[in-house]
Amino acid sequence: MNRFVEQLTKTDGADLGESFTGASSMPAGLHFELAAGDNPASFTQQYTDVASEKDARIKIAHGTTTLAFKFREGVLVATDSRATMGNIISSQSVKKVIEINPYLLGTMAGGAADCSFWERVLGMECRLYELRNKKRISVAAASKLLANLVYRYKGMGLSMGTMVAGWDDKGPGLYYVDSDGERLTNDLFSVGSGSTFAYGVLDSHYRYDMTVDEAKDLARKAIYHATHRDAYSGGVVRMYWVNENGWVAYPLEDVGELYYQYHPEIQLTNSTESPLRVNASA
Amino acid sequence: MDFVGFQQELAHAPATERHTHNRWEPYVDNGGTSLAIAGADYVIVASDARQSNGYNINSRYDPKAFRLSNDAILATAGYAADAKRLVEVLEQNAQMYYHKHDRVMKASAMAQMLSNTLYGRRFFPYYVFPILAGLDNEGKGALYCYDPVGNMERVVYRSFGSASALVQPFLDSVVGFKNQRGVDPTRLLERDQALKIAVDAFTGATERDIHTGDWLDIFIVDRNGVTHEKRELKHD
Repeated sequence: MNRFVEQLTKTDGADLGESFTGASSMPAGLHFELAAGDNPASFTQQYTDVASEKDARIKIAHGTTTLAFKFREGVLVATDSRATMGNIISSQSVKKVIEINPYLLGTMAGGAADCSFWERVLGMECRLYELRNKKRISVAAASKLLANLVYRYKGMGLSMGTMVAGWDDKGPGLYYVDSDGERLTNDLFSVGSGSTFAYGVLDSHYRYDMTVDEAKDLARKAIYHATHRDAYSGGVVRMYWVNENGWVAYPLEDVGELYYQYHPEIQLTNSTESPLRVNASA
Repeated sequence: MDFVGFQQELAHAPATERHTHNRWEPYVDNGGTSLAIAGADYVIVASDARQSNGYNINSRYDPKAFRLSNDAILATAGYAADAKRLVEVLEQNAQMYYHKHDRVMKASAMAQMLSNTLYGRRFFPYYVFPILAGLDNEGKGALYCYDPVGNMERVVYRSFGSASALVQPFLDSVVGFKNQRGVDPTRLLERDQALKIAVDAFTGATERDIHTGDWLDIFIVDRNGVTHEKRELKHD
């Protein structure tokens, strides 16, 4: 292992391929075919449904609530799991937290393929950074790598709103990166069509000085309320905690069952014997 | 009716509208439905074979499920021409992989390759909704479904195409046991049950979707390889 690292970080790089000698600005082999015509970018936007309400032919999986916040013990990341194509729910089991490597997470909002593809490229770039520099990449550097990667395609119709969360020498790291080239850092972010509802819950209950359990309760509540009010969000709550040892994934929680937890006055009675009856005793 | 007025009205149509009349249209929706169900040691793929354009039927037997290798099937929906081109590209890449690595490409590698191939056309997408079916490294049934630009998800059952809004809720009920109590939603179906459900889904879809019908291609992948059968659906 170390021998390989040494070989790949040799300064002269005489018997190594060009691609190993320095940090390349562009991953090798990336090539996108464009439509013939004067303006390929407008072609893409005409036929691809980037904003969900348009009547474009090619519908791309969309719609989301994602959130992440820093707190005393690290970063908490939570998402819903619904994907929509037009009015159809195309999946209720999407993984909107992308595991870039054992101590870096990315979230998915906007075009699902854009997020998963570019964060996979980011994972590769982060690994190359480790091999070249013999140390882990910082969250700041990783997020900037992603921002620079997508900035090259600005105006071409990429749709990506992501949060990069992780842990480095400076402690917890959290950045917001989107396909317009925006890159911000803060203690709390929420992205997607359900973000306004999530912010409502987060802003009224967020404290930096929370325990892990309190942070999980807050994140769950924010995602749940967003799925309740935003038709484009739903499915299950997926939560991750990032600490100094990397990220931890928690079991999925179905929002259909959370409904009865947040509304204890409503009893589920639609058993096979009495279907479709709900007792509201309160 | 004032015919002259009507003609003048047309001549004064905004430039953009006149332009859209003979716009380059690279995409057609050829209709049709594909479905796949994974089991513990098999995977079943079913696609109807009608190819249509609007209210016209182009072909009664134009298959849109393709055998890519000895253990991988690609079922498609959307634009038939793009689907056929996509299959060519995948077959070429799989062949290159074989000669480069002296090893047949596994379904898991094929799944990631398909995602990258679709994303390679992010700015001029293949208008195809693919489902890749095969066996994973432990021999379990594996299904990967995609959007046209390569977002990938591994699933247990999935339907794409013109009747997917009819078929998918049916599968949610009888394959996924969604919103039912006293059942284990992770339970996998036996092979004969899955086959029966696939056929039922298509007879139902043929009854209510104008773009689905004529013939049904069924592929079953298991550790012995691929079997194919062709069944008849209603032709109206």
